[in-house]
Amino acid sequence: MTAHTSANVPLEYQTNQNQMNILGFWIFLGAEIVLFSTLFASYFVLEHNTAGGPVGHEIFILKDVLIETFLLLTSSFTCGLAIHAMRNNSKNGLMFWTIITLLFGLGFLYMEINEFIHYIHEGATIQTSGFTAAFFTLLGTHGAHVSFGIVWIALLLIQLAKRGITQVTARKFFIASLYWHFLDVVWIFIFTFVYLKGMVM
Amino acid sequence: MTTVKHGFPWNHLIGFVLSILLTLFAVFIAFETDFSKTVIMWVIGTLAIFQALIQLFMFMHITEGKEGMLNVINIIYSIFLALVIVFGSIWVLTSGHSAIH
Repeated sequence: MTAHTSANVPLEYQTNQNQMNILGFWIFLGAEIVLFSTLFASYFVLEHNTAGGPVGHEIFILKDVLIETFLLLTSSFTCGLAIHAMRNNSKNGLMFWTIITLLFGLGFLYMEINEFIHYIHEGATIQTSGFTAAFFTLLGTHGAHVSFGIVWIALLLIQLAKRGITQVTARKFFIASLYWHFLDVVWIFIFTFVYLKGMVM
Repeated sequence: MTTVKHGFPWNHLIGFVLSILLTLFAVFIAFETDFSKTVIMWVIGTLAIFQALIQLFMFMHITEGKEGMLNVINIIYSIFLALVIVFGSIWVLTSGHSAIH
């Protein structure tokens, strides 16, 4: 497809370059799935090796984990609304929903950092056991991704304020939205196979 | 790919409500039922996969664009690799295959 614009195609797909960038980002997300799978694999292998330290159900707090889950789920939803606004060519809508998304993301990080501090007070640091090492590595990698996403998307907002919705900024926001939704997908599996599993088994 | 003007984002709203319900249902199954631990893990694991599919199809629009099919194939292959890594690691490291004889 050439660079000509077509009313039926969203702005972010309208150039060959944009299509290639979006495809490339999907391939990157495929690699991210594999990266997180190695961390999940390490966790599943090590989760019973608590070396006399605390086990999962002794330190996990369901209420806090649920709050984190709902914050991230909601931020994924508002991120979708941001792209919806972008496709209606509403710069203010895109700006508004993206800022809401970032606020939910920051709320999630605040809860997660407090959670980590709580674990450390309970005597579960990254050096305590195989379980805590794998746990903090998996959760920390996800949290680092969320932190990076917040900085990235905040920088995109500055570009949006300066340049408006163009083929380039639309593509960048769309790719960032894929990244943000992906982090929610990873969290669903952390929620189920780390927290719920840890509290049930 | 749809037309330029989009109406109310029902797709996103339905996906969001479903995600919340599936999360609460998983918590209910885990803590409020008397199923065996194995059954609980199978049920909440399935719920997690449904939620991931909701994100992929309703939020990320994986099939959208000219490369939609390519995206699906790429992600399916990544999921296959992930499963091999996770179950392969568990198998090799917990069933005695790593023991030195």
